[in-house]
Order: sequence, then C-alpha cells, then structure tokens
Amino acid sequence: MEIVAKLQKQFMDFISALYRERFLDDQFLQLQKLQDESNPDFVFEVVSLFFEDSEKLINNLAAALQQQVVDFKQVDSHVHQFKGSSSSIGAQRVKNACMAFKTFCEEKNIEGCVQCLQQVKHEYFLVKNKLETLMRLEKQILAAGGRIPDLS
Amino acid sequence: MDFCSSSSSTISSHEEPHVLAVDDNLIDRKLVEKLLKKSSCKVTTAENGLRALEYLGLGADQEHSTNNNGSKVNMIITDYCMPGMSGYELLKKIKESSILKDVPVVIMSSENIPTRIDQCMEEGAQMFMLKPLKHSDVKRLRCQLMQCQ
Repeated sequence: MEIVAKLQKQFMDFISALYRERFLDDQFLQLQKLQDESNPDFVFEVVSLFFEDSEKLINNLAAALQQQVVDFKQVDSHVHQFKGSSSSIGAQRVKNACMAFKTFCEEKNIEGCVQCLQQVKHEYFLVKNKLETLMRLEKQILAAGGRIPDLS
Repeated sequence: MDFCSSSSSTISSHEEPHVLAVDDNLIDRKLVEKLLKKSSCKVTTAENGLRALEYLGLGADQEHSTNNNGSKVNMIITDYCMPGMSGYELLKKIKESSILKDVPVVIMSSENIPTRIDQCMEEGAQMFMLKPLKHSDVKRLRCQLMQCQ
C-alpha cells in the first residue's frame, strides 16, 4: 500500500476510535471543517491553546482546593471555563468530568471536588495524548504529500 | 427564538459585515472569530464587556466624537456568562445607547435556561444561540443579518 494511503488509513482508524470511545465528539469535526488553505494550522492552533489553557486551569483548581477556606465561587469559575473550552474543542470526556465537578462545587463538597479534579486531570491527559498522536499523524500525511481525509 | 428586529446599519452586497465578538474564553473567541470569517465577516474580538464598550465608544471616560467604531459595527455577538459585566448587562448598555441601540446583539450561552433566554429577548437581543456554535448557526445568522437592512 502506498505510503500516503497507509497513513490516511491509520489516521481514519485512529480518529474513528476516538469518536467511538467518546474522547472526541461532533464539535471536533466542526473544528476540522473550519480548517482550510487560508488557515491550514487552525486545528493545531486551537488544540495548542486548549492544552495551555487547560494546564493553567488545572493548576489554579489545585491551588484553590488547597486553601484553608475554599472559595467555591472561584473554583466554580475555573470549572466553568474548563467545561467551556473542552466543550468547544469537542473533548467530550473532559467536558463530562467538568459537569460532575460543577455539581460538587454547587454543593460545596470539598472531597467531591478533589476527586473530580483527579478525574478531570485523568481525562485531560488521556485526550491530550490522543490529540498529540492525531496531530502527528496529520503532519506525516501532509509531509508525504497527502491530504487529511474528510470525515463528514 | 429567532427575531429579526429592524436595523439602521445597512450592508451592501459588496461589503463584509463587521462583527464585534465578545467572550472571556480564549478558545471560544478564536472559534467564533474563525466561524464568522468563514462566513465572510470582518471580525473584531473583545475579551470582556468593558473592552467591548470601549471599542464601541461607550466606555466610561469616552466622548462619542473621538470614536466612531460603533457606527462601523453591524452586529455584536456576546457570551452571556462573563466575569464582571455579563452579556446581558452589555446588551442593556448597548440598547440604552442612542447611537448603538439598533445594532443587532446576539447572545451565546453554553446553558439552555429558558428564563435567561426570555430575559435577553425581552431586552432586545436579536437571537440567543447555544454554544458551542456550529458553522450552520453562523450561516443562519449571516442570512438574517443580510435581510435586516
């Protein structure tokens, strides 16, 4: 099998699994649709922003939950941001973890919040890993002179 | 949920509408900007309500004569939940302005809360849209914008 076709198949198989396993949802497809010749790195740029933003939020959340007196409004504000970004990028499992987190915030349940933060971190690092692999596959396809397969 | 209020800002078929997009979330800002550009709009972004008002010339210390950005903006699209000034409060300020009251304002929110939607529509919002926005949402918005002249 020619190299481009092989890479494209790898890409298709990998991304299909990500959708199947709910790491990504339809919103990620929307992002890919927005990428074009005028902005060929759009998805990469948005994903990179997501990584930066998320890691900052995780640190802020950890710090907020370690305070003597936890400011739940502050915690909720960070979780809201995280839920928003993960939803906008299509990181479904992260978004769902944030939704559970929000509930514990509203209940002012510290233990629940601490557990949720662990869960959110876990899901985030999983999807980060998957997205990095995906971006790598895309680069390889483009480097080999191929086009990214259309999933829609 | 879709209203088409009359607008004094006319758009010829040769011009790209100028949209001011307001959102405190960096990723959402980038996304809405790209969605609008893809629908042939010129886009200015603002990270909060105060910055948006400053851009429009409605800032606390501004005199209208030094800033006519407001007259160039054909539509404002804003997130509802923002720290400080909410999208609803921004909507109210815009509708209170004699210069900007006819500029269509669209509210976006990740939460589907009927009372919130009603509140915004009653205050004169053009439309209320659920996040995350899709290309089809913006296309629909663009069509509405062209019809409201």
